[in-house]
Amino acid sequence: MVDLKAGARFQSTVCTTEVIVVKGAGEVDLTCGGAPMVAAGTASIDGSPAAGAAEGTQLGKRYGNEAGTIEILATKAGDGSVAADGEALVIAQAKTLPASD
Amino acid sequence: MNLMMLLEMAASGLGDRVAVGSRTSGLTYTELFDKAQAAACRYRNSGVEAAVLCDESSHAVPIALFGSAWAGVPYVPLNYRLPPDDLLALAGRVGSAVAVTDDINLDRLASIDAVATVQQGTFLADPAGGHDTGAEPGDWNMDPDDIAVLLFTSGTTGTPKSAVLRQKHLVSYILGSVEFMGAGEDEATLVSVPPYHIAGVAAMLSSVYAGRRIVQLPRFDPHAWIDTIEAEGVTHAMVVPTMLTRIVDALDERGGDPLLGVQALSYGGGKMPRPVIERALELFPITNFVNAYGLTETSSTIALLGPDEHRIAQYSDAPTERARLASVGRPLPGVEVVIRDVEGIDLPAGEVGEIFVRGEQVAGEYRENGSLLDADGWFPTRDGGYLDADGFLFVQGRNDDVIIRGGENMSPGEIEDVAISHPNVRNAAAIGVPDREWGEKIVLVAVADGTNTDTVELEDLIRSRLRSSRVPAHIVFVDELPHNDTGKLLRRVLREDYAHLGDGPTG
Repeated sequence: MVDLKAGARFQSTVCTTEVIVVKGAGEVDLTCGGAPMVAAGTASIDGSPAAGAAEGTQLGKRYGNEAGTIEILATKAGDGSVAADGEALVIAQAKTLPASD
Repeated sequence: MNLMMLLEMAASGLGDRVAVGSRTSGLTYTELFDKAQAAACRYRNSGVEAAVLCDESSHAVPIALFGSAWAGVPYVPLNYRLPPDDLLALAGRVGSAVAVTDDINLDRLASIDAVATVQQGTFLADPAGGHDTGAEPGDWNMDPDDIAVLLFTSGTTGTPKSAVLRQKHLVSYILGSVEFMGAGEDEATLVSVPPYHIAGVAAMLSSVYAGRRIVQLPRFDPHAWIDTIEAEGVTHAMVVPTMLTRIVDALDERGGDPLLGVQALSYGGGKMPRPVIERALELFPITNFVNAYGLTETSSTIALLGPDEHRIAQYSDAPTERARLASVGRPLPGVEVVIRDVEGIDLPAGEVGEIFVRGEQVAGEYRENGSLLDADGWFPTRDGGYLDADGFLFVQGRNDDVIIRGGENMSPGEIEDVAISHPNVRNAAAIGVPDREWGEKIVLVAVADGTNTDTVELEDLIRSRLRSSRVPAHIVFVDELPHNDTGKLLRRVLREDYAHLGDGPTG
């Protein structure tokens, strides 16, 4: 379990994926490639994503849960896919805000 | 959080794309990343407290901005056009610093003991300054409370204050409003606001994160702006109102042919005269217009009026839709806006009060007097305005500019809007001057087309649309209104220039 709060950063332990939390939801079992994610920069990468959790995470994409309570942004891409409390997180709709500066 | 996170993502996602400069000779995201690293080595090895940039736009701007974030020192862009004494006063308040500067200010800044100067060309050729080590990829501090940028306010109403923008404010602004790699490979944005303007800072960050090539125009000139658009294949641009006024005039001088290559044109930083935006909509017939409202203290844009609302306002017969052209649109997602009266009570739609704003990008803090956020995180903008029934925000100007005549508060904006609606009036500023009987009386300073604009006609127009108390006691015609470098109307100058029309106690 990790404390999912806005601004917190986590890394996968089985692929290169790193994320930053955009919208948090307290204590969550956050995984990537089937293995628990840990605070960014605290672990080395060992092993590979588990089957069924290897769809990959794309750089710069936002991932969220169905309830809309969790949103994370991939700051580094990787082969594992992300999940929270067992629910696969999916790419959130891109924002369509026009450029203003 | 750290601004370097944004550049690192861009470098890893589209490393070979040009980040800044021309298509053929510009810096790629990877090259910009490497140069930021080199600059970070210089800043860290120098042991300074700040990274100053006192220069016009060049590649040194993004290098210093990202390099300072990497090194963990605030980036402090200074107005290189300030009179020497004013510049030295500001630079002296920064603390120990490496200052990248133009030739003119090199010796001036070097006279401050705590400042190590480096000429812009020297910095560009060797950002590290002979320091090979000291910054490794990923070793920037991720503390969201680190100060990213210190921006001096323009000081149009007094001594400049330094607005504090922390990493969390700027990163939140970008993550909340820009889609990563959202720009196509052929997109380029023309940055003509100077580096010391919040829009100049925000343009670097949002363009890098969107993957949109930055083209810089160091000294704004309307013809150079138009020529650069065409020569560089520019698709996006941001301008302040005085720039758009001059661009529109320049295009008309050239025969009034529309400029079709510009996909998106955003404007902000002051009140846009309605005739200018209306003509611009004709001269850029297929361009997406965005009116952006923001402040230095809010990490740039907090509300925007989008492209569709502009075209609807242009073509609609419905008064409320046409009126939207004077609106700054709706707040960004994640930004809340309320209007409060002088007692701090929230006002309903349609009522004028002070604009308060809240959100993760809202810093609302100065080095000199700390945070201005209230207990619930609301920042008082000191701008007056109102929200309409559909949540569109209308800004009426600085509360400091309010004219108080006979105990009645009046916004200069409402008088100016009516004056500008006169077919011969191009621009206008209403100010208050001391008056023995009323406390203040209204002076309208107007820029008119032609010589025979009738003041009585103008008075009648204002009387017919507003109350008689809004009719100016004096109307003065001038060739142009005083603005600062970034297009802000200098009301203080007008109040001084026309103080002689007043007859009450001064000061």
